[in-house]
Amino acid sequence: MSRISIEQVKHVAHLARLAITEEEAEMFAKQLDAIITFAEQLNELDTENVPPTSHVLNMKNVMREDVPTAGLPLEEVLKNAPDQQDGQFRVPAILE
Amino acid sequence: MSLFDYKLSELHGMLHKKEISVSDLVDESFKRIAEVDEKVQAFLTLNEEQARAKAKELDEKLATEKEFGLLFGMPIGIKDNIVTKGLRTTCASKILYNFDPIYDATVVERLNQADAVTIGKLNMDEFAMGSSTENSGFQLTRNPWDLERVPGGSSGGSAAAVAAGEVPFALGSDTGGSIRQPAAFCGVVGLKPTYGRVSRYGLVAFASSLDQIGPITRNVEDNAYLLQVISGVDPMDSTSANVDVPDYVSALTGDIQGLKIAVPKEYLSEGVSEEVRQSVLQALKVLESLGATWEEVSLPHSKYALATYYLLASSEASANLARFDGVRYGYRTDNAKNLIDMYKQTRSEGFGNEVKRRIMLGTFALSSGYYDAYYKKAQKVRTLIKQDFENVFEKYDVIIGPTTPTPAFKIGEKTSDPLTMYANDILTIPVNLAGVPGISIPCGFVNGLPVGLQIIGKHFDESTIYRVAHAFEQATDYHKQKPTL
Repeated sequence: MSRISIEQVKHVAHLARLAITEEEAEMFAKQLDAIITFAEQLNELDTENVPPTSHVLNMKNVMREDVPTAGLPLEEVLKNAPDQQDGQFRVPAILE
Repeated sequence: MSLFDYKLSELHGMLHKKEISVSDLVDESFKRIAEVDEKVQAFLTLNEEQARAKAKELDEKLATEKEFGLLFGMPIGIKDNIVTKGLRTTCASKILYNFDPIYDATVVERLNQADAVTIGKLNMDEFAMGSSTENSGFQLTRNPWDLERVPGGSSGGSAAAVAAGEVPFALGSDTGGSIRQPAAFCGVVGLKPTYGRVSRYGLVAFASSLDQIGPITRNVEDNAYLLQVISGVDPMDSTSANVDVPDYVSALTGDIQGLKIAVPKEYLSEGVSEEVRQSVLQALKVLESLGATWEEVSLPHSKYALATYYLLASSEASANLARFDGVRYGYRTDNAKNLIDMYKQTRSEGFGNEVKRRIMLGTFALSSGYYDAYYKKAQKVRTLIKQDFENVFEKYDVIIGPTTPTPAFKIGEKTSDPLTMYANDILTIPVNLAGVPGISIPCGFVNGLPVGLQIIGKHFDESTIYRVAHAFEQATDYHKQKPTL
């Protein structure tokens, strides 16, 4: 029994902003299921009282003086954009 | 005989005595690339015009200046996930096929300040996700020792280019083994520094809590020189550590008398081929003969590292790769009806399968209802893995084992099943999870293919790793072997 359904795969793909075909949905369901099944071996470990590690060096917030510096030139920032107009990034209509 | 058979310090001396020029060094690179890169396919983009102009400029400087740094005029290759101003940077992904960076990564800036010469950008698995460089969106890099085999990955282009003599030095990045594994497969020296040792500013992020940039070179001394230049705190990367950078080369004393080595039994057990095991045991004998002692230890949570890694790295990747949306840079689909559709089509057309798979896995692990069971669980196991290392380092100076379970595998051999490919990284992944530094150096050959020895050190103790690696190198000649191309 697969524990990841095709429907779930499609939901996750939507969250990740990926368009997938039926074929891909089936492939990902199978592959993600295998990886998740493999990952569930972690449940063998009792981690009730173990703190999570998100950062290995135990750093705290790194503060600095709030000194204004020049940003990147607008022209440079826009030069890689697929579409731009009037100094802004241009995208397709949000509403049809 | 190639100029690149000399060490960095020797080439520096030759520049000093005017026996060679910077142009000679840069010519050597492009000549070799012209000869062999059609076969090896390590480079995605060449920087020929600029590199030759820079060489000329540096040669003029050379005529008047008495003092110049060690990296002055040295040709270097850069992995294509490290941004280089004005030089196309693609992460080997179609989604960044035309990306022209508007600033230099901190490591590149430091190399430029040291007057190194960037030769070009090196192939990799797309967004550094992979262990064979087969996931590149553009081309298949081949192992210089056997063109039917993979160079390893994800820094496969970097390791192959150094092994093939196209550049004497390269930068790679390592999230779960991506410097050490290809270094092992290609018979070169590759170091993953301590997390925080080298600034990640300008390294296109894959898994931010694991990624580190590091040097790939032909010998340990060169590696130490290169790390020296790229290390240190950087205001542009708040996770770079404010820890003094020692003089790494001065650690290369050749003296490892009394050194205490730990050999994890998990690193020599199932999955590790007999030939690789024998090479490592042989290497331990060499180190013993130099005055070190070794004992078997246990890193009991090693077997959980792979699952932990894939949950954490994929989760971080799913967040980091959200920025590729066809708005500010890179590829954008032509067939979009509206904004959401544009995001979806752009990403689906721009990303390859492995990248999509990891984005999917990460999005799943972070999604509502699954976060605690997968992501948080993995973070807790990461703590246990980190503690394993801390426990061993209370009594020992370094941990030694193989870098990979087997030598380089054949192209196409592991592409059908993601888990088989992932398993190739079981010996390198724990090091990233613990944030400690590790190196791979050549320690033998199996059927003509290089085997890598992995030496792991304490946080910020790259010096001891280099000292051990260098002592081993002095006692052996594996690093002097070169592939025939």
